[in-house]
Amino acid sequence: MSTILDSAATSARIAHRSVLGDIKAVWTRETLTILRDPFSLVFSLIQPLVFLGLFAPLLAGVADDGLGFGSTLQFFLPGVVVMITMFGTSMTGANLQFEIMTGAFERILATPLARQALLIGRALKELTPLVVQALIITLVAVPFGFDLHPAHIVVGLLILGVFGVGVGALSYALAIATRKNEWAFWAVQQSLLFPLLILSGMMLPLETGPDWMQALSKVNPLTYIVDAERVLFAGTFDDSAVVYGIVAAMVTCAAGLWVGVRTVTKSIL
Amino acid sequence: MIHTQQLTRTFESGKETVEAVRGIDLDVAEGELVAFLGPNGAGKSTTLRMLTSLLPPTSGTATVAGVDVTADPAGVRSRIGYIGQKDGAGHNYRVWDELLMQGRFYGLDKQRATARADELLGTLDLEGMKMRKVSTLSGGQKRRLDIALGLIHEPALLFLDEPSTGMDPQNRANLWDHILRLREEFGTTIVLTTHYLEEADTMAERVVVIDHGRIIADDTAQSLKAEQAGDRITVTVGADDLPTAREVVAQAGTEVQEVSADGGTAISFRVDAGPVALPRVLHTLGDKGVAVNAATLKQPTLDDVFLNLTGRSLREGAEA
Repeated sequence: MSTILDSAATSARIAHRSVLGDIKAVWTRETLTILRDPFSLVFSLIQPLVFLGLFAPLLAGVADDGLGFGSTLQFFLPGVVVMITMFGTSMTGANLQFEIMTGAFERILATPLARQALLIGRALKELTPLVVQALIITLVAVPFGFDLHPAHIVVGLLILGVFGVGVGALSYALAIATRKNEWAFWAVQQSLLFPLLILSGMMLPLETGPDWMQALSKVNPLTYIVDAERVLFAGTFDDSAVVYGIVAAMVTCAAGLWVGVRTVTKSIL
Repeated sequence: MIHTQQLTRTFESGKETVEAVRGIDLDVAEGELVAFLGPNGAGKSTTLRMLTSLLPPTSGTATVAGVDVTADPAGVRSRIGYIGQKDGAGHNYRVWDELLMQGRFYGLDKQRATARADELLGTLDLEGMKMRKVSTLSGGQKRRLDIALGLIHEPALLFLDEPSTGMDPQNRANLWDHILRLREEFGTTIVLTTHYLEEADTMAERVVVIDHGRIIADDTAQSLKAEQAGDRITVTVGADDLPTAREVVAQAGTEVQEVSADGGTAISFRVDAGPVALPRVLHTLGDKGVAVNAATLKQPTLDDVFLNLTGRSLREGAEA
């Protein structure tokens, strides 16, 4: 943790600088790629809709608990929101890797920007379209019997944001660690992403799974995030799952930033 | 502007410890133009990365632009400009966006950043490129944009890592025009690394030769060449004139060598200030009735200096 604090202290010494300002500056630069090429955003909005539209009816058929499509959506939609967050933020490193390769990353490293702002700004950029995506699929689901609880969704998105910054920072560190071979980034990202998603009970409930799967899901921070999102999207604040979710998000965020900032300051490009 | 004491850097690679930089003592005064010259892997870039605070030193100290690199790396970064080996501008961005963002990264307000960006586009012949995507620029344009990015905050000290690697001669000359103009107008202190001998020779006022992580020579290119290699004159004379020629040569120079050549014997010897010595020697030889069949003057390059210092040629090292 000392590296984070050290660099925060040094940036504070220059009067007009603040870590928040730096985060905003990094985020702004990253977001320009979306603004200058809005088609990519439109495309990314369609993707989760397709997923929801094709997957949820199947799940409704399998589950068939007699409560109808609305209840399936209630279970499945928070999972999709978590999934797109994981997809998006775990790719933070892929965009970074391109800029490591071309040299832009080194140029930005040589600026006085706070090191943690480099990570957080990039992760937040990946989260930006996700917020829009999450809101759109939620609104689309409403006519199909999905209960809308706006205040709860806002809290749910905040938890996802904190969690996503952690995942983004880890992805960032992975990109630096694998900068010499691009495929290694994808190999690690993919082989971690899917087990984590499945073992969180995001797509299918784990209650019916074998014991070892349930045991693994207990140590998967994503499980607590998914549980918290389900409770929140269902319109409940007063549940221990929300607290566990907040803790899991904060732990992931702190661990991700610690690993990320260490990797940035220790690595030789 | 720069003051280092016993700066070292080691890397752990597996079980091996590599000493990339082994104790560099360096002082650079304001307004100097210094080139770090050495083969690949000599420790030039590692030294540069420590001076720019991108890499923490293993031991030793460095003060850059009045700030200690270990105690306040962000402070160093805000006072210097750094132009790396690769493309600094993001390929997916527009020229103008990158310039404005770079200004913001250095804490300039929007008005100042806009003014600087406009100014730099003008100085670096990039007008009309504002809205172009960086990936569509030519190599020379990209390089000039990198310079613009490095100068947005008007640093008093600019570092360039292998600035002209891979550029064609015309673009390289153009790049140097810009660097030298910058220096003339603003008195910017410039430190660069290069493995191009000619570049260090003609452009830099001071050449710091680095090999195996140490500074092995540090002077103007001219002094280095004069002290480490020296000018050599070779005169070829017939067998009859050889004894007289030997006498004259012994007076005029040192390190005399003889080899047989077309038209007699080629006597070569080292002199100070070859261009002045050559006509004088020829005149003396003529006065004494020696018929000189051929005469050459060879002035040393920095490669001769490097060869003399290390026993290796820098050209071989650069190609490896």
